[in-house]
Amino acid sequence: MSTLEIKDLHASVRTEDGPKEILRGVDLTVKAGETHAIMGPNGSGKSTLAYAIAGHPKYEITSGEVLLDGESVLDMSVDERARAGLFLAMQYPVEVPGVSMANFLRSAATAVRGEAPKLRTWVKEVKSAMSDLDISDEFADRSVNEGFSGGEKKRHEVLQLALLNPKIAILDETDSGLDVDALRVVSEGVNRFRSPENGVLLITHYTRILQHITPDHVHVFSAGRIVESGGPELADDLEKNGYERFVKAVPA
Amino acid sequence: MTEVAGLAPELKGAKKGQGEIPVASAGERFTSFDVEAFEVPGGREENWRFTPLKRLHGLHDGTADLNGTATVTVSGAAQVEKVGRDDPRIGEGGTPADRVSAQAWSAFGEATVVTLDGSPEPVTITVEGPGAGAAAAGHLQLRTTTHAEATVVIEHRGSGTLADNLELVLADASRLTVIVTEEWADDAVHVSAQHLSIGRDAVLKLVSVSLGGDLVRISPTVSYRAPGGEVDLAGLGYADAGQHLEQRLLVDHAVPQCKSNVLYKNALQGRAGVTDAHTVWIGDVLIRAAAVNTETFEFNRNLVLTEHARADSVPNLEIETGEIVSAGHASATGRFDDEQLFYLQSRGIPEDAARRLVVRAFFGEILQRIPNTTLPELRERLEAAIEAELAVVGV
Repeated sequence: MSTLEIKDLHASVRTEDGPKEILRGVDLTVKAGETHAIMGPNGSGKSTLAYAIAGHPKYEITSGEVLLDGESVLDMSVDERARAGLFLAMQYPVEVPGVSMANFLRSAATAVRGEAPKLRTWVKEVKSAMSDLDISDEFADRSVNEGFSGGEKKRHEVLQLALLNPKIAILDETDSGLDVDALRVVSEGVNRFRSPENGVLLITHYTRILQHITPDHVHVFSAGRIVESGGPELADDLEKNGYERFVKAVPA
Repeated sequence: MTEVAGLAPELKGAKKGQGEIPVASAGERFTSFDVEAFEVPGGREENWRFTPLKRLHGLHDGTADLNGTATVTVSGAAQVEKVGRDDPRIGEGGTPADRVSAQAWSAFGEATVVTLDGSPEPVTITVEGPGAGAAAAGHLQLRTTTHAEATVVIEHRGSGTLADNLELVLADASRLTVIVTEEWADDAVHVSAQHLSIGRDAVLKLVSVSLGGDLVRISPTVSYRAPGGEVDLAGLGYADAGQHLEQRLLVDHAVPQCKSNVLYKNALQGRAGVTDAHTVWIGDVLIRAAAVNTETFEFNRNLVLTEHARADSVPNLEIETGEIVSAGHASATGRFDDEQLFYLQSRGIPEDAARRLVVRAFFGEILQRIPNTTLPELRERLEAAIEAELAVVGV
């Protein structure tokens, strides 16, 4: 049973004018079998939290801890974090021209599983996962994310989630830019991933994805920290009343 | 001749067609077999402005002592002759267009002529440099007979300085695939002019792989003797810290119904405190008024892997007739960026493997032009050499 513990996490973004603090003491524990939704207004630092946990070089952790099953994630390189069982579905997946999706997926699976998957079962596994997400076969030969529409990129993020089967998945605005059909397909993909062995941290600005993926816990994020936590009913409250009271409650 | 905008500035000076004042067209460039007919370049001429002349060991100004010997070894089913410059076949491929090429022409001792007839097994020609501190002039001609179909690998290795001319003379309806590798030791300097003469309906595929050496400058000139010729020029270069790799090509479409397709890719990785890794690609394609129904495309891509690297890329397309099938050119230079690295690593792929993945994919398009069925070991060796280059900076 896996647990991700975030303890009093402070992080700054590196800018040309020097570091700027974004995360101001985040405390959160995500256990296997749980789905947490983090909701907050634009600029509250939600995406920074996701990138800081994944180890993006633009962000500097100034204090606090992130532990995966008791091990300090912050001491690991980006790829070590992924191999330890963390996954970040990105809001803006990166294009890698020249590297085929098929080659990329196999390289990633080989790294995360510690050995190259057997070719015959692997081809079946990929095809089946692609068909679950309504991704056509031709994408296997295309360069990673190159020329993909927003919706195609998000489907491929969830495809990677399915194939890499991490302990804890962080989904950063996976719902943004999706039409209704794509949102359903992507949400179903996330729901297939959810199990008693996996935890999910879902970062979103809007409540509409929560109509497809029901969270166990909802947290409101504002000015770099969690300002309120509750059950799914908190999302309904946000839907009705917006973020205003949380933004006002926290001095910038 | 009417002026065409956007031309490659060529040469000016005391002697016609040389120096800093652009001539109207790359097609009007000065050529001669006589080294003294060329001005000694000072470095500002269009033809030389990217080349560090100091590192040519005097090839350009007559001070190089060209008494060394580059050993040429031919293995395979081909007719091999050693001939003097008076052999009437020498020079059929083309005439030197710069001083170093003319210098090599004036100085070589004996030329190697390799004739390819029928459909022989792949032929391998090894050119071994004259050795550290020595300099040599070389001359090699490959010629096909009518309807011949052949593959030739020309491997350059060893140390020293070499200026040479390579002539590929394709008879009518022959097909020739040539892979030229530059696998020199770190000290080597190689300045090579390639004269590619294409007969009626002949097809040339030329793959150039530049990995080793301190300075490698290759100048291919394609000329079509009759309609129906087809040329595919491909190249890859991997420039390390301090390395200078230069390709400057001219495809001269002067007759109708010919095709040319050009694709060169370079990767660069420099290091702090060392001269920048440097690649230069000059791609001149000229479609003369008579060359109706020409089909041409040229593309240069450069992948900058690190700081301390510089890629120069100058595509030039001159068109003197509108009666063509198609003509295009493109150039793109990009960095291997932190975002790509982060993305690949975030999927568990270690940093070194991520870089290899990107570079291997980048060069795959070129390497796959090396026929794997007949030359599997060559492709493997070059792939391994590229992996080794990546390991140099410990990425």
